[in-house]
Amino acid sequence: MPERFEAIVVGGGPAGNAATLTLARGGVHVLQIERGEYAGAKNVQGAILYADAVEDMIPEFRDEAPLERHIVEQRMWMLDERSHVGTHYRSEDFNEERPNRYTILRAPFDKWFSATVKKAGALVICETTVLDLLRDGSGRVIGVKTDREGGEIHADVVILADGVNSLVAQRAGLRNEVKPDHVALAVKETHFLPSDVLEQRFNISGEEGVVIEAAGAVTEGMLGTGFIYTNKESLSVGIGCLVSDFVDTGVTPYGLLERFKQHPSIRQLLDGSEVKEYAAHLIPEGGYRAMPKLFGDGWLIVGDAAQMVNSLHREGSNMAMSSGRMAAETVVELRRNGQPMTAKALRLYREKLDASYVIKDLKKYRDLPSVLHRNKQFVTTYPRLLSRAAQTWIRVDGEDKKTKERAIAKSFLKGRSLRGLVGDAFKIARAMR
Amino acid sequence: MTTSVKVEEKLFQNRYLVDEGRPHIKIKDPNAVSPTLAKLVTLCPAGCWSMQPDGSLSGSLDGCFECGTCRIVARAAGDEIEWSYPRGGYGISYKFG
Repeated sequence: MPERFEAIVVGGGPAGNAATLTLARGGVHVLQIERGEYAGAKNVQGAILYADAVEDMIPEFRDEAPLERHIVEQRMWMLDERSHVGTHYRSEDFNEERPNRYTILRAPFDKWFSATVKKAGALVICETTVLDLLRDGSGRVIGVKTDREGGEIHADVVILADGVNSLVAQRAGLRNEVKPDHVALAVKETHFLPSDVLEQRFNISGEEGVVIEAAGAVTEGMLGTGFIYTNKESLSVGIGCLVSDFVDTGVTPYGLLERFKQHPSIRQLLDGSEVKEYAAHLIPEGGYRAMPKLFGDGWLIVGDAAQMVNSLHREGSNMAMSSGRMAAETVVELRRNGQPMTAKALRLYREKLDASYVIKDLKKYRDLPSVLHRNKQFVTTYPRLLSRAAQTWIRVDGEDKKTKERAIAKSFLKGRSLRGLVGDAFKIARAMR
Repeated sequence: MTTSVKVEEKLFQNRYLVDEGRPHIKIKDPNAVSPTLAKLVTLCPAGCWSMQPDGSLSGSLDGCFECGTCRIVARAAGDEIEWSYPRGGYGISYKFG
């Protein structure tokens, strides 16, 4: 007889850990299965942690979790080949008792989260890959098949938190293949610097941190962004673009990253640093319209596996945690009421999501991925035009200001035409409303 | 501007537990790859794929990130690849992630 649990969670990332923790605390006999050496071994993120989603489950996490720096300054840069123009927002208000956003290193953070899950009473096994779902004659999911000997394990319900590729759900026919234009490939490096050098360079002290998001020429015509995040003694430096764009351009991801690092606005920030890891990962970018069905008889799907990423606001791990928690709360409630884990009963998960920021935000931006995909000028032409405009405006060279204004207006008309400019404004406004 | 980047040097810092003799990705027919599959040479962030002089596509998966990029591209174009995760515990092990 295969071993039996009330619930199985596949995956040890933020979604899986949130789900397992909530189940264990709710008194559910739960097994969590992770294929890495430890939870976090296979996981990559920028990474910014939004406190809210963690705080919902672990109010005291600030005292326990391996956090890097709380973010006091956000820089958004648009770059051409030699310049950047952008906005910085920095506020002393972010130096608060319970900061809102932190930089983290994903592997240590996930290890900590997993330890918290174990303390709550869940059984966590690592180094075990789930190969497929087990079903009964009616098609109901009744457990998982793993690559361990005698690796069939039964459960009343399976929560799939196995990340962006979600091979398990695809193999079981629960969701379609991810499309190359619905997913970004991001590469990143962890650059180490002495903390005093890092703090001087970024104008911060103590636990303060800075985030730089960069768009424009650095993505070489592809839809994507680059980033630099300050950790305690390191910088996370990365760039990601749609997989379909990498296919079309033939640009190598590591070549793109190298050139990003050599941009005149970036280079000096990294000077003298020692790279200790190079990583790559996929990020769901298809948004609401790319989401699969979220539940069925005996199963639920959460986090990246369900494509829950708000790419405009750079939110994903928070949606992963919130969806993992809500899936688990659904299971806890049904179990308490003695209800079976049927698709009809598990619909409660979808209702919880619908009422939360997760689906509300994903729905709000449902058209943005396709609008940006079809209109790359937003990340290619406009950053360049803005950068040139800034230079024209700033340079004092004997040209009168009226002529300068005309030159700027002309450059925009030449770059996009009046119809293009009006159309772009309309498109982006509609996609973001 | 073109920069020549040696991806092998980047991978050198990473920690892997290689499952010797058990490649987790297989090209079904390496001698007859489609133009889309040939793109894996530039597409793979670990530089796992190379085109051989005889026109076949050859994979060396020791540096693989298990990111799934090759799988998604291959599946969108047809059915030329067999892709699974490495056995539990093997493959990339991120220190920082």
